[in-house]
Amino acid sequence: MTESNDSLMIANVSRRRFLGGMAGASALVLAARWDMALASDDEKKYGAAGMPGGWVDDPNVFIQIDPDGAVTIVNHRSEMGQGIRTSLVMVAADELGADWDRVAVQQARADQDLYGNQNTDGSRSMRHWYDPMRRAAASARMMLEQAAANEWGVPASECEAGVHEVSHKGSNRTLGFGELAEAARELDVPERSAIQLKPIDAHRYIGQEAGPVRGRDTNSIERPMAIDGEEIVEGSATFGADIQFDDMVHAVIARPPVLGARVASVDDSEALKVSGVEKVVTLDTNSEPAGFKPMGGVAVIASNTWSAMQGRDALKIDWDTDAAGDNARYNTDEYRKSLEEAAQSPGKVIRSSGDIGNALGDAEQTLEAVYYMPHMAQAPMEPPVAVVRAKDGKAEAWAPVQHPRAAREGLAGVLGLDKENVTVNVTLLGGGFGRKSKPDYILEAGLLAKEADGRPVKVQWSREDDVHHAYFHALSVDRLEGALDADGKATGWRHRTLSPSITSLFQEDPEHKGGFELGMGFNTMPFDIPAIQLENPEAASHARIGWFRSVYNLPHAFAIQSFAAEMAEAAGKDHRDYLLELLGPARQINPRDFGDKWNYDEDPSVYTIDIGRMRNVIEKVTAEADWGRDMPEGRGLGLAFHHSFQSYTAIVIDAEVGDDGSVTIHNADIAFDCGFQVNPERIRSQLEGACVMGIGIALHSEITFREGRVQENNFHQFNVPRMEHAPKQVRTHLVNNDPELPMGGVGEPGLPPVAPAVCNAIYAATGKRIRQLPVADQLAG
Amino acid sequence: MTTLTINGTTHELDVPDDMPLLWAIRDIVQLTGTKFGCGMALCGACTVHLDGEAIRSCTTTVGNADGGSITTIEAMSDDPVGREVQNAWLDLGVAQCGYCQAGQIMSATALLKQNTNPSDAEIQDAMNGNICRCGTYNRIQHAIHYAADAVQEDT
Repeated sequence: MTESNDSLMIANVSRRRFLGGMAGASALVLAARWDMALASDDEKKYGAAGMPGGWVDDPNVFIQIDPDGAVTIVNHRSEMGQGIRTSLVMVAADELGADWDRVAVQQARADQDLYGNQNTDGSRSMRHWYDPMRRAAASARMMLEQAAANEWGVPASECEAGVHEVSHKGSNRTLGFGELAEAARELDVPERSAIQLKPIDAHRYIGQEAGPVRGRDTNSIERPMAIDGEEIVEGSATFGADIQFDDMVHAVIARPPVLGARVASVDDSEALKVSGVEKVVTLDTNSEPAGFKPMGGVAVIASNTWSAMQGRDALKIDWDTDAAGDNARYNTDEYRKSLEEAAQSPGKVIRSSGDIGNALGDAEQTLEAVYYMPHMAQAPMEPPVAVVRAKDGKAEAWAPVQHPRAAREGLAGVLGLDKENVTVNVTLLGGGFGRKSKPDYILEAGLLAKEADGRPVKVQWSREDDVHHAYFHALSVDRLEGALDADGKATGWRHRTLSPSITSLFQEDPEHKGGFELGMGFNTMPFDIPAIQLENPEAASHARIGWFRSVYNLPHAFAIQSFAAEMAEAAGKDHRDYLLELLGPARQINPRDFGDKWNYDEDPSVYTIDIGRMRNVIEKVTAEADWGRDMPEGRGLGLAFHHSFQSYTAIVIDAEVGDDGSVTIHNADIAFDCGFQVNPERIRSQLEGACVMGIGIALHSEITFREGRVQENNFHQFNVPRMEHAPKQVRTHLVNNDPELPMGGVGEPGLPPVAPAVCNAIYAATGKRIRQLPVADQLAG
Repeated sequence: MTTLTINGTTHELDVPDDMPLLWAIRDIVQLTGTKFGCGMALCGACTVHLDGEAIRSCTTTVGNADGGSITTIEAMSDDPVGREVQNAWLDLGVAQCGYCQAGQIMSATALLKQNTNPSDAEIQDAMNGNICRCGTYNRIQHAIHYAADAVQEDT
């Protein structure tokens, strides 16, 4: 089987047709008459405008209409299960007036100059691209209407696009989109100020509620069928691992067991005897900071994956771990103790109001707790994999990647090419969760492509490679102290957070969290308490750490939401009531007032910290979960909420703890406010999935290091949730579906409150307070 | 030479007997619907049917499968039970990233062929070896019940 480049990433929604590529000879691309000067008219510093590459709303970039009426819409964000290939394309199709049955999606190659920002992280694809995609599609629709007006010799105001056709209001005349495409391409793209967006209630797909995604007994599509759905269930969807070429060779790499270790010597004589093994290549170890650079090691290139793996097993490598410096002595047990000790002393003050010393000194009651969250691996089900071919001064890659630009520019770097000579094709991602934001595995394939005489090289990571060499979620220690008055009211709150910074990936380790890390629920802590002191003592990094779905929101939410429950308990008050008391009255807080200069890169005057919306999700979820009801012995309800990625999530977990200490999650109720809901069905699926992942974080998942080496190897040791761990029922309650509200993220914000809600439920069930994750066997015996 | 019958087609393969069936299917026969996830029969992404039984192709060698009849996800559309499972997956919007779902569907189809009306506990027993990192388990459970109903209607 050989994949054709042009057809690679085109998925037909209806599968009844097949389209040529956007650049195919028969394609009638709408005219390229976009006035790029317009792009600078909007002087925005926030949101998509503040991102590298910014936003683009040129219809010629994103929309193609063929003479037969086939509509192709380019999706330039990476699909990793969040459904963006469906949701964003649906936005454009709806605004255009296209019949979903005649829409296909084409995945964009890495080209931020052309498409705008493609870095798929931060739960921001929809909130950054909803408006530009609507504008692009509305422009195309207006050009079709103008083409019809010209054909009929009537004013454009009398021509209106319906479903895949334009009709004349004064007569029965209609022309299909396909019939108008050729004339429309000759027209100017409307100026941005003249673009008329459809009223929200005129949309056919946007905002449509769930129900069966696709009616089994009918061909009429009530709502958009998920793109890639059929290919996925039939096994024909193309993930990175599925790229095949007839002349492709396969590589696996023995990477340094400790970050920064080097190959002192290698004996490859046995490896080269393995049937199918062609070549053994030693790769340089890059010096720190690790960045997105390949780790180095010894690669085995073979005719198939199994031979390459057998060859790797046969290598005899002597590693120089001295080159790794302190990393070779990294021991997570010891490191945790050192952070817990450091948490006893003051750290860099991040935010301070009132006098915390007096508050703690004058308190009727004080309490203190230290929380720990371990390293974790993202462990997407598709381990890192990439194919690169380097030939005739050009390179082409096929890879599952969240950050296409970094892959393209990184490949240009390792191959010594201009980026114009590097093409990166973005496949479907078999999960991402932040791991595939770092294209180290693609650059490895680039290095090996130089050794393959122009043939494509596939680098396949094993699960052990993935568990050993993730960009780990950073471990963390959070120490909290609270002061209560005689009425149980909170008068003081001191929080010290200690965790290595992801900034250490890119520069000399600052040993303090950066603004984007503190802004993930630490300095934005919303409670209305007279004395608040937030500190960040030093913590050095000794491993390769990086973004993991929702990132530092995880430890911050775990600590804050657990401690708030502990304070409620100390105050003798109901947890829900106490949370609402801590939050205080509904109001909007400018994040800058809390010292958060980041705010997920959004305008702080638009994206506020909205206490009313926090209260609302708490009230909604507790009502839905029948909070306060009597629970059977050994079973309890736990509550937590968190604000992240501009969305608001509250969760009630109903958990039972067995005599053997095992935890069963019976129900999860999730209230979620992301503002306007473009694709509610995919929002629900993200929340359901985040809930399951969060239960794994609470109960099972941990990566440990000894002597700089990861101790876990595969899924029997790095435990992730299985069906038995999922809630018996998950109910999602979407609230505040208001087009006027600024749109929030969806992929990540469901995750942070899950683990504290689970631990609060365990406390309600057993009286045992969990302060160290994962729970593992802490409840046994 | 090893003889493998995959989806009704016989393949003569010149590969070592100890090569896992997974890599023979993916790299040699180039049917890529069957996925690699762990290599240790821990995650189920590589599940195929060998003589009707759901097996992990990452730990079943080509030698073990020699002469057997192998069915992969690519043949499920032509299988009456498999097609109902696929339909259920689509109707309930089970998949997120989709990478594990071929294995999930192969496990679910094998279950429904042996037990046309599985309980929640029986579903969990049959599916617990299939990991979905996106966390689609609730929908998988619902979809298996939904497919079971459809299979019963079909018969």
